[in-house]
Amino acid sequence: MSATSSGIRFDSVTVAYDGNVVLDTFDLTVEPGEVMALLGPSGSGKTTALRAVAGFVRPASGRVFLGDRDVTDLPPHRRGIGMVVQQYALFPHMRVEENVAFGLRARKVPRAEIRERVAEALDLTGMGAYARRHPRELSGGQQQRVAIARALAIRPGVLLLDEPLSALDAQLRSGMLAELARLHRELPDVSILYVTHDQVEALTLADRIAVMDKARLRACGTPRELYRSPADEFTASFVGGANLLPVTVTAGGVSFAGADVKVDTSSAAPGASAVLCVRPHLVGLGDGPNRLAGTLEEIQWRGSTHRLFVDVGGHRVMADLRELRDPPAHGDEVTLHFAPDDAVLLPAGVDHD
Amino acid sequence: MTDVMHKPRAVTGRSRPGGGGREPSTAQRPFRALVWALPPVVLLAVFFLYPLALVVQQSFQPDTGGTSLEPYADVFASYAFREALWTTVWLAVAATAGCLVLGFVLALVIAFVPFPGAKAVARFIDVFLSFPSFLITLALLFIYGTVGMANGLWTDATGAAEGPFQFLTTPWGVLLAEITYFTPFVVRPLLAAFSQLDTAQLEAASSLGARAPRIVRRIILPEALPALAAGGSLVLVLCLNEFGIVLFTGAKGVTTLPTLVYGKAMLESDYPGACVVAVVNVLISVGLYGLYRVVSRRAGA
Repeated sequence: MSATSSGIRFDSVTVAYDGNVVLDTFDLTVEPGEVMALLGPSGSGKTTALRAVAGFVRPASGRVFLGDRDVTDLPPHRRGIGMVVQQYALFPHMRVEENVAFGLRARKVPRAEIRERVAEALDLTGMGAYARRHPRELSGGQQQRVAIARALAIRPGVLLLDEPLSALDAQLRSGMLAELARLHRELPDVSILYVTHDQVEALTLADRIAVMDKARLRACGTPRELYRSPADEFTASFVGGANLLPVTVTAGGVSFAGADVKVDTSSAAPGASAVLCVRPHLVGLGDGPNRLAGTLEEIQWRGSTHRLFVDVGGHRVMADLRELRDPPAHGDEVTLHFAPDDAVLLPAGVDHD
Repeated sequence: MTDVMHKPRAVTGRSRPGGGGREPSTAQRPFRALVWALPPVVLLAVFFLYPLALVVQQSFQPDTGGTSLEPYADVFASYAFREALWTTVWLAVAATAGCLVLGFVLALVIAFVPFPGAKAVARFIDVFLSFPSFLITLALLFIYGTVGMANGLWTDATGAAEGPFQFLTTPWGVLLAEITYFTPFVVRPLLAAFSQLDTAQLEAASSLGARAPRIVRRIILPEALPALAAGGSLVLVLCLNEFGIVLFTGAKGVTTLPTLVYGKAMLESDYPGACVVAVVNVLISVGLYGLYRVVSRRAGA
């Protein structure tokens, strides 16, 4: 459906409001046809980055490219970008079909072709039966589909999604997530920049994830890379839950709260302080390799899993276990373990700036 | 006048649920409610309804005595009345149209064009609403009046006996003054409506490829229609009853219904005739006010 396949490139883009830097020398390239998730807490600059691509904020310095076109100085209406926002932003006084036709009319597409392309875009999002409705007669999920159809009708090379699922309830969200994945398979040439604070959305949908914090890019990589071997504490804790344990590197392992733990220490010198990252669902209950003994501080039953908070030498260790038939009680002495391969050693202190 | 017309309904309506709420389900309830309703009803009757009734009564009593429709026949037959009616209506309609166009453009600029001092301008409009209407006319007189600044400059420069700006004493002068004075009455509700507008919609429209004129026409205007309708009908009613502006421009050829009432009552001592014109004016105002209520209720304002 895309007329021109084009990627997005940020070239040291800095954005400041009244001297307040909200995006700091941001470099990122989204390849043609790639889904890039911008993941970060609120105020991390991810929405600002998206708005710089759309043309609603002007960078104080740096350039924004769409394909090999420098669009930094172009007004939004000349960028040819599809954009979908959290609150849908449908035009309330127009019917669904008029909403979807809006961009085509603005581009002076011939009347017959408009009808064709509106039908095509609505079919693509499964909203063909609702063409004559007004937005207020649709549910939140349906409105978001119309917003996506409206953005796709102009056949953009780049689609910007700004927290598109945040206004939907959990069940609808997972359905729309599958829908977005299907759309991307059907439109393989469209580059998608997907802003979210939800790691599940990012992990599910993105080819690559750019993790942002405090106006800066923290890490960028495939979901698997970021999840399995995060580069720093912030990335580890933001992409999936993590136990971040302060350790000291020893010969052939690390020492944590007086216990020897065997992990790969090839990247660190003995005697150095470091942080050990272990995913809670990879921690097991009972004896095993890398045994940690502690006191059960708290236990949460979450239906299919139990989450245990265990105090090990003054540090809290989380463990997500398959629902326990015989859960330990508050205050019990418990033993945890994890496989050496499941732990990643991170350099200490980089996050505490 | 239209404000006062509205009062009887609002006051009696409010007193009934208010009195009932404090004394639920007792035998005293209707009595208490009546006691509470009495003072406003009496005040209204003495200060508003009774004089109004006198005006209506007077309009049926010609100077020759008795009760008849003669004053109505006389007034309706007179050229001056028909002329004044027509002048009143076209001036009000034209002024309203002018206010809507000018007000929409002004509100657009204030709301959407980021310029330093936009807030100060918006605040000044609030102050402007509190000015008396003759003030703006006086100000226009200083500039464009027969011996005003503009004409003074012209006569000084050319030595001519009079300047080129003589429009202020024509209906166009009245129109200009009314548009100048009443435009803020349109700008105010429009600014309120624009502040409710979802900027995400405007952004979506522009990233879909729409330039500013299309966004104004297709997105902003449809959402501003209720505010335009409410502001427009308010200005229409106010213009119909405007007296100060017409008087102060000194336009002798321009007679509207309010000035006709003044002329008949004060200058000709034709009280029945004045009352007839007043009744007509009241009916037009009340009719339009009713229309305004319907429009603004439908707009949810």
